[in-house]
Amino acid sequence: MNWLTNFVRPKLRALVARKETAENLWLKCPKCEQMLFHRDLDAAQQVCSHCDHHLRIPPAGRFPHLFDEGIFERHALPKVQLDPLKFRDQKRYTDRLKEAQAKNGAGSEAMAVASGKMGGHAAVIAVSDFGFMGGSMGMAVGECLLLAANLAVERKAPMIVFPASGGARMQEGILSLMQLARTSIAVSRVKEAGLPYIVVLTDPTTGGVTASFAMLGDIHVAEPGALIGFSGQRVIQDTIRETLPPGFQSAEYQFDHGMVDTIVHRHAMRETLIRITSLLMKRPAQAAAA
Amino acid sequence: MTTYLDFEKPISELEGKIMELRHLGDGDGVNIADEVGRLQQKVDRQIKATYAKLTAWQRVQVARHPERPHAKAYIGGLIEEFTPLAGDRAFAEDAAIVGGLGRFRGRPVAVIGQEKGDDTESRLKHNFGMVKPEGYRKAQRLMRMADRFGLPVITFVDTAGAYPGVDAEERGQGEAIAGSIELCLQLKVPLISLVIGEGGSGGALAIAAANKLLMMEHAVYSVITPEGCASILWRTADKAQEAAEAMRLTSDDLRKLGVCDGVVPEPAGGAHREPGTAVRAAGDAIEAELRVLGNLDPTALREARRMKFIGIGQLGL
Repeated sequence: MNWLTNFVRPKLRALVARKETAENLWLKCPKCEQMLFHRDLDAAQQVCSHCDHHLRIPPAGRFPHLFDEGIFERHALPKVQLDPLKFRDQKRYTDRLKEAQAKNGAGSEAMAVASGKMGGHAAVIAVSDFGFMGGSMGMAVGECLLLAANLAVERKAPMIVFPASGGARMQEGILSLMQLARTSIAVSRVKEAGLPYIVVLTDPTTGGVTASFAMLGDIHVAEPGALIGFSGQRVIQDTIRETLPPGFQSAEYQFDHGMVDTIVHRHAMRETLIRITSLLMKRPAQAAAA
Repeated sequence: MTTYLDFEKPISELEGKIMELRHLGDGDGVNIADEVGRLQQKVDRQIKATYAKLTAWQRVQVARHPERPHAKAYIGGLIEEFTPLAGDRAFAEDAAIVGGLGRFRGRPVAVIGQEKGDDTESRLKHNFGMVKPEGYRKAQRLMRMADRFGLPVITFVDTAGAYPGVDAEERGQGEAIAGSIELCLQLKVPLISLVIGEGGSGGALAIAAANKLLMMEHAVYSVITPEGCASILWRTADKAQEAAEAMRLTSDDLRKLGVCDGVVPEPAGGAHREPGTAVRAAGDAIEAELRVLGNLDPTALREARRMKFIGIGQLGL
């Protein structure tokens, strides 16, 4: 706990941190432990070719596979007040942010917003980045959803959200809690404009995100095997001192308990979303635009 | 028997002395009035001095004080003709939420409160104020009804957080809270919330996405308990005191951040020392807010509530 390790080192690290290079050309599937070649994995949208396990995937990995011909516009994120609480735990929050941005790209945050066409019609998509501070929801994520909602209403387009988050961002204290309300308002604006709001629950969707925009969809799609729940499993175990049922809080468990409409393979996601939105938007039937 | 908090030791010693003296006085008729009076002044000064500079963690302790007036005390003191209503019409009744209809200073209202209970039996009955999905769905039911009949909604917030259990997860705790927050922000009637003790996370916000959020002076409101925050960020719950400071969960900090719209002063030494005074002061604050909101039409009420939340985050400390 001194000036050198707490102040100088994080700053230096933020300066010299390189973008993580793909030095690991082979990756082990976290489920079946088979070795996967990174190029194959990219081509398969991070789905294991052996056991079909859906690995976590950042926004940049998703957008090209969702929009027509992989063409989309990524929107700049609205500026938010930096660290209004002047929060520090073992590290300063501003240093944690700098590190996360050094790793994930300048101007990035825990969510990205893009717009383009799906099946020939305008669509707005917001995707969480679990790699950015666990996808945690702070003011920036709140702004992302408000931005996405405004774009959707402006363009009379459906809004599709892919949450992947550990929950609220502790370092923004009460202001992170306020995002539960702000994101709900974003969702209401889309719904009140008569537009579809679709949620695709991905691994993991927990905490404050589950208690707000992730559970307010007209339709809830989930990726197979995704962890979806409100309370953390450790918290539950510590509270009730019971062993958790098998498959607890998996997408399949949430499907069985009525929280999810359908579980869809990542490779069928685009086609499913186009079908759902065009039905809700009462568009004429057309040959599937793959 | 008064429960003293660890930082109230000097107060407890002085009050102990007074009790002893009174006891002696009963026995042999010695005139002790002067001495008691002197000690009482000393206690009053001590209480004022202690409570004038409470740390964030001490506020958390006061907010959780076992004798602190809970939702039932506020409802009992402020709501006439209180008519409790129960059940979510889908699964069960959840006593962690008490709610119903009544009259607040003459005007019919809907009331919703999180009740922690005052003794072992009632704490178990009310599940320590930890609400399950059926409780949030019951709150939604009451809010929808209030909206239909144009009744203002008053909520009393007091929970460490939503109940974390397998059964709550099974029935969609996340969805129940999300639906409740969404509904709060759709209402076209005035919604006023008062944090009376602990405002814990989404479990609190579910009934507090209000036009006006008031807080009792020593109440706290946060995204997670200090213990929870400490165990995530410091990897040990022992750092709860540090976490409490860093989280800015006191009524004055939240007021500066624009999250809290008004602070209700508490009697010296906390609401539990004079519950009646505290409850009346709360009633006055609610009445004042209600009077102003009463001038807004239904759509403006909803829009004002939404714009308040959209604007939160511009202010810093």
